Parts: sequence; structure tokens; C-alpha cells
Amino acid sequence: MLKTYSYPEFAYRQSAEQRDGRPLRHPVVIIGAGPIGLTAALECAARGLPAVVLDDSNTVSIGSRAVCYAKRPLEIWDRLGVGERMVEKGVSWQVGKVFFRDDLVYSFDLLPEAGHKMPAMINLQQYHLEDYMVESCGRNPLVDLRWKHRLISLQQEADHAVLTVETPDGVFRMDADWVIACDGANSDTRRMVGGEFSGQFFQDRFLIADVVMKAGFPTERWFWFEPPFHPGAAMPGGRHAPSSVLLHKQADDVWRIDFQIGWDTDPNEARKPENVIPRIRAMLGPDADFELEWVSVYQFACRRLDKFRHGRVLFAGDAAHQVSPFGARGANTGVQDIDNLVWKLKAVIDGQAPLALIDSYHDERAFAADDNLLNSTRSTDFITPKTPTARLLRDAVLELAHDEPFARPLVNSGRLSRPTPYLHSGLNTPDTESFGGLLSPGTNFTDAPVLDADGCAGWLLNQLGQDFVVLSFGPAPVADIRLDNGVAARVITVGKDVQDVQGLLAQRCDARPGTVYLLRPDQHVAARWRRFDGARIRAAMAKSLSH
Amino acid sequence: MALIRTPQIPDPDGFFAELIEAQRDMPDLDAQMMLAKLVLLLANHIGDRTALSEAIRIAAGRQGA
Repeated sequence: MLKTYSYPEFAYRQSAEQRDGRPLRHPVVIIGAGPIGLTAALECAARGLPAVVLDDSNTVSIGSRAVCYAKRPLEIWDRLGVGERMVEKGVSWQVGKVFFRDDLVYSFDLLPEAGHKMPAMINLQQYHLEDYMVESCGRNPLVDLRWKHRLISLQQEADHAVLTVETPDGVFRMDADWVIACDGANSDTRRMVGGEFSGQFFQDRFLIADVVMKAGFPTERWFWFEPPFHPGAAMPGGRHAPSSVLLHKQADDVWRIDFQIGWDTDPNEARKPENVIPRIRAMLGPDADFELEWVSVYQFACRRLDKFRHGRVLFAGDAAHQVSPFGARGANTGVQDIDNLVWKLKAVIDGQAPLALIDSYHDERAFAADDNLLNSTRSTDFITPKTPTARLLRDAVLELAHDEPFARPLVNSGRLSRPTPYLHSGLNTPDTESFGGLLSPGTNFTDAPVLDADGCAGWLLNQLGQDFVVLSFGPAPVADIRLDNGVAARVITVGKDVQDVQGLLAQRCDARPGTVYLLRPDQHVAARWRRFDGARIRAAMAKSLSH
Repeated sequence: MALIRTPQIPDPDGFFAELIEAQRDMPDLDAQMMLAKLVLLLANHIGDRTALSEAIRIAAGRQGA
């Protein structure tokens, strides 16, 4: 198969603690150097927490795997210094088309709102993304990335976990105040703590092929229901099993094609190039010039871990929740888990917040996971109907969608990932005054074009930093707000510290002169008021630290 | 009254999920009976003969491509 990418081989190094046989106590050990584990490492480092990352392999993701990255994760990666490179390499897109048999029945445009630094969605092979983060970790003295380190057992003590780790040099022990398990849907760590991972398993299989070609397709997401070039298996009564195909463009002229192949297809046979190539040829035509880069067969489940904290072990990404791939909710959700978790962990480690703050991680992110699971399950039920009547209803929607606008919102080929606001979180201070717009407490804050204090054009989210911020739309009596335990919020005054050049910031915040927003370290709205009141800001900060 | 053909359901995914869920465990004939009853219930709710005739015409027109 052709290679547009050569996989790096990262060097295994024996650690001093293994060589000397002296276990060290680490504040944070991260299990798994996938997109979520690497994000966790960069996030810990950005907040001044040293992190050790253990990974049992010594390279990046084999194959493109996760492909679509949405605006909010890109904003998080931008805060961590790796987002711009991803956007530069990735393919931005916003139009999706849905076909039923030969017919274009529906097309949608994500219509990204102007005035945000990050695009609505990019497509990028997972290996590029991991590569960039590995590089960034390598430059960061607070990240200790250890390849060929496999966690083989974990024991929970009252205030730490004892890890037994295997390397090419044998087995050794490490201690960790906190473990962040990012070891994926088949997480061994989850088994070690006895976490219950339950949900719905789908009896269907999908073949993914990454194909290198110079194709004339536009940079759009194309989804076919019942494509004539890829009919479902014949069933009794002359009907066919449900069938679908997804086509998506990635970087370097690599195209992702997903074929729904049904539960009865032998996955080992299906992934052989001599069986894959005819499927692609049927789709692209006999003269198409393409080469296979990577092939995989997967089946999926929608499952969630009972509790995201088990003692000293915190679960994030697929280790905590597994969704079907329709809607790009896997990696995107996992990155937002880390965004939510690490500032809390830092505050607890520094003694600035009680342990309850860590449990708010479960409250907020399990709520988001359930929202993702609901959306992902609904998309899956539309794409692979479970009963003949469900199939009939699905096909009726698709037939009507061409001429009947009412049917189009019912077509579900995957609802693309958007952040879930923590609207019911106990960390929020509910509004006591009326606000329009979309930035209720618990919502991730908006970006907007601004001029910074030096008059340079930039973006609001880049001005916020890693700590609490008070964003004031009127003169502020102080430069920062401090709690007795040392937690501080920097005051950013709009009109002084940043200029709202297009008025978009004030518009999105429904701001009037004097309006104040309190933002958490993960750039989520904690509280907002119509005038600056230090006592109320302090109370809201304490609340968002679970005091 | 003309048949409304623009989207009106505020929560399309939730509505469709409920419709699918309602017949998930039924034998096929029971599921079809449920759909038939649903058509009749909604037809009665609409009541307007012009709208119903237009709906029947559209539903019959693009069958089994």
C-alpha cells in the first residue's frame, strides 16, 4: 500500500526510577499517549503540573482513525499551543451532501459564524495530530513521555495509586497522586478498577479505507444511503440490508471512505485489498486512479463508564465513554474532558479547592457524554434501522426529503459534534438579571476578533490565559480579584485591555456598559452580572471551586 | 387550507427516536398497524380535507423508487 506518511519510531528510554529501583511519587501519571492522553499532558504542563505519560507502543496512531475535529477542541488545542498547526495542515470544510440511491436529497452548510479564530470543522489524520502533540510534549520540560511502558496492575491507596509497569527492562513500581486513564475504549485501567462500562452494542460492521487520489470531488462531506454502487446484502423477500457510504477529504490528497458492510460480512476477508479495491472501483468508476493507504474494519458500541472517578483514577475520552463514529464525537469529546478536568485537578492539588471539585468533573462531563451518546445512538439508529418498520420510516424520510423541506431535518447521517453546555452544573452561579444570547452560565465562552493591549489584531480567547478571568464591559475598580486561598482572577476590561473592534464580543455577550462575565480557567462562563461587584464575583469564584 | 410542507417539529431527532422506539419490540404486523393508527389519529387531528388530500397525493406519488 502507498504511504503518504512514514510512522516515527520513538525511542524507549529506561527511567531513572526503574534503573535505580527507587519508586518516585508523581503528582500525575497519564495512561495512553493517544490524542486525549497527549492533550492531558500538554494541559497539565500548561498549568504547571508535571506529568508522566505511559504508552505501551512507540509510535503514533496506525491509520487515520479519528478524522474530524470541531471548533471547540481546536480552541482548546490553540490554548495549548498546537491548534494553529493542526488547522494549517487540516482540511476545512462546511458543506455536507446526503444522497439516497441515485438522488441528491439534501445538502447542509455548517455556515460557521464569522469572527472566530478556529474553523467549524477540520479533517486531519490522527497520526498528524498526535505527531504535533508528541513534538510539543518533547519540548516541554514538565512532560515525561515514556514509550514502551505498559501498565500491568494498579492498586488504590487512600491518597495515591501504586502502578506496576512493564518495560523492555522488566517490571517496576511507580506511585501517583492521580492517574488520568486515556487508554481508549478497551481501557485496561478501567478493568483494573472494576469500572462498569455499559450501554448499547450495534450489530453492524464498517469498512474504512484511506485512499490516495487526485480526485475532482469538492471538499465536502458526502453521505450515501443505499448507494447503487454499494448495495446491502440481499435478504429474504428481495430486500437488501441497509447500506451506506461516507466520503471525506483529509490532508495530502488522502480520502476517507467508510462502507457499511453489515454484521454477516467476514471482517478478515473484507479488509483484504483484493476485496476492498473492487468496492472502491465500483464507487469511483473503472478508470479511477487511486491507491490504498490503510484499511480497517470496525464495529461499535455506545457505552459509558458508571463514574469518571474511581478513587485516584480519573477516566477521560473513549476510556470513559464510547460513541459511534457518526458525528465526530469521540476525540472531540475526549479533548473537552481534559479541558474540564485538569484545572480542577490543579486547584485540588494546590489545596485551593476541596475534592468535591474533582467530582464535578464527573457531573459535568458525564452529562456531556450522555448528550453525545444520545445523539450518536439516534444517528446510528437512522443509519442502521433495527426493525423492518424502522427501515420503512427511515426510507420514507429519505424519499420525501428531496421534494419536501419538512422531511430534511429528520434525515440523520450524523449530527456533528458541538460542545454540551453544563447548564445544570453546581459550579454555576445562576443569572439574577436578564441576558439575551447564547452564553448562559456553564457554556464555553465565545471567541471574537479584538485588538490586544498593544493594538495588535488578535482573538479574544487567546487573551484569556489559563486562570479565572473577569471580563468587564465597563471601568473596573480593581486589576484582579483574589480569594483568601490565593486563587486570583485577572480583570480584562473591554475598551482598555482589549478593543472589541467589530462589536461582536459585546453582541455575543449581550453586553451593556458595566456588564461583567466571570470565566473559569477552562473558558466557561461561571457567572455574569450587569455591574461590577467584587463580593459577588468572589462568591461566584468560590462556588465554581466547589467551596 | 394548504398542507404545511416546511419543518415544524422543534426536536426532529427526538421525535424520530420516539417513533422508532414505540415499535422497536413489536412484531412487524403490529408495527405496521401502529403506523396506520398513527396516520388516522393525526388525520383526524388535522381535519382539513384539502390538506389531507394533498398529503395523500404526495405520499402516494413518490413510492418505491
